[in-house]
Amino acid sequence: MERGESERIEITISSRFENIELVQVIAEHLCENAGVDEDGSHWVGMAVREAVANAIKHGNKLDIRKKVNATFDLRGSELEITVSDEGAGFDPANVSDPLNPQNLMKTSGRGIFYMKTFMDRVDYSFHPNGGTSLVMTKNLAAQQGIAKSS
Amino acid sequence: MKSSTHTVDGVEVIKLEGKITIGSGDSQLREVITNALNQGHNNLLLDMGGVTTIDSSGIGELVGSYTTVANRGGKLKLLHLPAKLNELLHVTQLITVFEVYENEPEAIKSF
Repeated sequence: MERGESERIEITISSRFENIELVQVIAEHLCENAGVDEDGSHWVGMAVREAVANAIKHGNKLDIRKKVNATFDLRGSELEITVSDEGAGFDPANVSDPLNPQNLMKTSGRGIFYMKTFMDRVDYSFHPNGGTSLVMTKNLAAQQGIAKSS
Repeated sequence: MKSSTHTVDGVEVIKLEGKITIGSGDSQLREVITNALNQGHNNLLLDMGGVTTIDSSGIGELVGSYTTVANRGGKLKLLHLPAKLNELLHVTQLITVFEVYENEPEAIKSF
């Protein structure tokens, strides 16, 4: 795909962990087609994997009747990814910092941290009738893989 | 995820291959560690060279395994970290927790 073009892809999956890879692969292919190298594409795919896993596990509580929707909007070099679930939502203020020494040895709580590490911006919105949408953006022209965190 | 084991100088070397991700490899990793401990192996060296994908659940299982083994008075160390796993451990500062080796004999000697 040439820089400057736009592309929109949407996929809806049932809440099964085995479907995560479908969404991850779309993210990686979209990035690669936009000229992002293998490492950069991998990290965007990883952020998507974490977002979809959270939507299935914490949002939809593994209820396979509930859906997870992912949209990928590529406008020029700006990639916006939205992952939505049908869950009750959560308070982002209650998400603990995995780098806090007290949390270092916890077995969970790193998914959102990884998303924020690999993407430029991560925002949440909570719908009045239920459901959470996570919106992540990444400037693919400026992407440096994981390097921005170091 | 697939695993195979061999014992060298009392250290159980567990070679892991494939994905350690939510819903599959993460629970398998827990089983592998539990089995090794139940067989009396308290010093474990996880050869991660064949791990193709790991996510935050897989990282969480590694941390949980480390704690479980330590609570039994044993040690869990890592061998042949793939570059991407190395980066995931670095950004979460878990690289300060795990002892990591690139050479199996050197790793065995360290126990």
